[in-house]
Amino acid sequence: MTLRDLLAEALAGVAARPSRLALTTLGTVLGIAALVATIGLGQTAAGQISDRFDEVAATRVTVEPGEADGPDGEMALTQLPWDAPERLERLAGVASAGTFATVDVGQDPVRGVPYGTQEQTVPVAAASAGLFEALGGRLSGGRFFDEGHDARGDAVVVLGRYAADRLGINRVDSQPSIFIGDRAFTVIGILDAVDYRSELQDSVIMPMTTARELYGLQAPQTVEIRTDLGAAQLIGEQAPIAVDPNNPDLLDVTAPPPPGALRDSVSADVNGLFLALGGLSLLVGGLGIANVTLLSVLERVSEIGLRRAVGAGRTHVAGQFLVESGIVGFLGGLIGSTIGVLATIGVSVVRDWTPLLDVRLALVAPFLGGLIGLVAGAYPAWRAAAVEPITALRTG
Amino acid sequence: MIGIGRVFAGPPRVEAVRDVDLSIGEGEYLSIIGPSGSGKSTLLHLLGLLDRPSHGTYLLDGVDVSTLSERRRTRVRGERIGFVFQAFHLLPHRTVLENVELAMLYQRTPRRQRTERARETLERVGLGHRLDFDPLTLSGGERQRVAIARALVARPSLLLADEPTGNLDSGNAASVLDLFDELHAEGLTLAVITHDDGVSARAQRRVRIVDGVMSDVATAGVVA
Repeated sequence: MTLRDLLAEALAGVAARPSRLALTTLGTVLGIAALVATIGLGQTAAGQISDRFDEVAATRVTVEPGEADGPDGEMALTQLPWDAPERLERLAGVASAGTFATVDVGQDPVRGVPYGTQEQTVPVAAASAGLFEALGGRLSGGRFFDEGHDARGDAVVVLGRYAADRLGINRVDSQPSIFIGDRAFTVIGILDAVDYRSELQDSVIMPMTTARELYGLQAPQTVEIRTDLGAAQLIGEQAPIAVDPNNPDLLDVTAPPPPGALRDSVSADVNGLFLALGGLSLLVGGLGIANVTLLSVLERVSEIGLRRAVGAGRTHVAGQFLVESGIVGFLGGLIGSTIGVLATIGVSVVRDWTPLLDVRLALVAPFLGGLIGLVAGAYPAWRAAAVEPITALRTG
Repeated sequence: MIGIGRVFAGPPRVEAVRDVDLSIGEGEYLSIIGPSGSGKSTLLHLLGLLDRPSHGTYLLDGVDVSTLSERRRTRVRGERIGFVFQAFHLLPHRTVLENVELAMLYQRTPRRQRTERARETLERVGLGHRLDFDPLTLSGGERQRVAIARALVARPSLLLADEPTGNLDSGNAASVLDLFDELHAEGLTLAVITHDDGVSARAQRRVRIVDGVMSDVATAGVVA
């Protein structure tokens, strides 16, 4: 008897009872599906999270002066130097850096035209030229101010998207102006979006030096740093020393946690429970196969007797039942793996994720099912091999 | 070719077959008759190597097979002995052709040759038009002829039939017995076990077994 014969006999044995086959595979189908979907969704979710964090959060470091409780409430312990961006950009691993501050313009209203019409309360902010790049700013028109504007203290502004709406400005090619009190500022750009500090979209943004000269700005409030990928933790340690070598401890630094730890903890949370669930259903699936195969051994006693009568040895009989339950497990694994992959894709579509799944998993899963089938079939196969041909033929 | 010495057997306590001496010559058509519980099925199992004698010697084709290992016994059984059962024992949901091929599955017969021989043998028993049928759709007589084809296809030295007509009506029984006559005429060695005198009367030689003890019945015996 060749291996091919054995497979053919086992396949025919399995195929002879299709409805039973469907029920028998169910447990394995569920188990493998749960397993594949869990791992697939875990990988997908971890992938999405790390994507987002890698691109934005994992490269963002901010430095602010530390605060302490003073007589007038919170007060800053130290001041950020004006040239903090230049100091930081000398560090290897810093892609761009810029300062940010809110500007107090007193009672001066912000208006789109010099006199009359509506007065708007629009927040005013100051930024160094590098801030836009550090925050990943994108323009809907015009340009950002550069270091030249900043150094000269030019009366130019960039409007946040919503601020531009409120001031009635939607084009910059005609060099429109806005007025803060009596002062005119030329609008050179409109900011469409930023990765962080979305309050900028509501603000009128002027260069640091302009704010300092016209409104007496004391110091920058925050330094925003965009690092190269993977450099954030290192820069988080170096930044305070670069910014304020005398009192680095007085600065508050916010840097992302190491991405590995983040991803691992997320994956572990998602996976742990479902893996346990998948393992449990696999166990149940295996027991189901064992049960049904045992039943089918008892039911097919006369077939076993006949096979023995025409020259099948005990190993032939055991082999057949073993392969049959292996096939059942494999089929269950195949269907379960398909369902698991589809579930991963389905959830990804609904959540607008990019499905990520290790191809090896989808390929290995059916064989895992087959293995479970083989293990589950071991006892029934042994029972089948122990059937004596005489007793078998006497019945029926 | 077939020289059976003595078969002595008895499963514990019940001496189903007592010190039976029996030899079946090549090409002989023997019937073993006896009431139920007489030990004739046990004798059949011994002849068919399905059971091991507790004492005595069984020579099949001149070879002592009573002391063979389980594995060797299985081999010899598959190659030398064909079985026909009262209950047919055909596999449901497998075609007639596959059922017959099954008898060669555990021998070293190549696949193509198996199919060819199964087809030839089925044509021989008059079922050439039923090759792809499910046995469940066949009549009892046809099923038994499939079983006979299965028993013949491996070209056994001995064909053992256990109440081959027990589940058949008289018409089908007659056609099965006619087939046995033809096969015997072609030189096949047959041993038919039955409790039916009518069936045993067709045999060339008849032995009776009662309470495990065997006696020859006169060849010119009564025809019931």
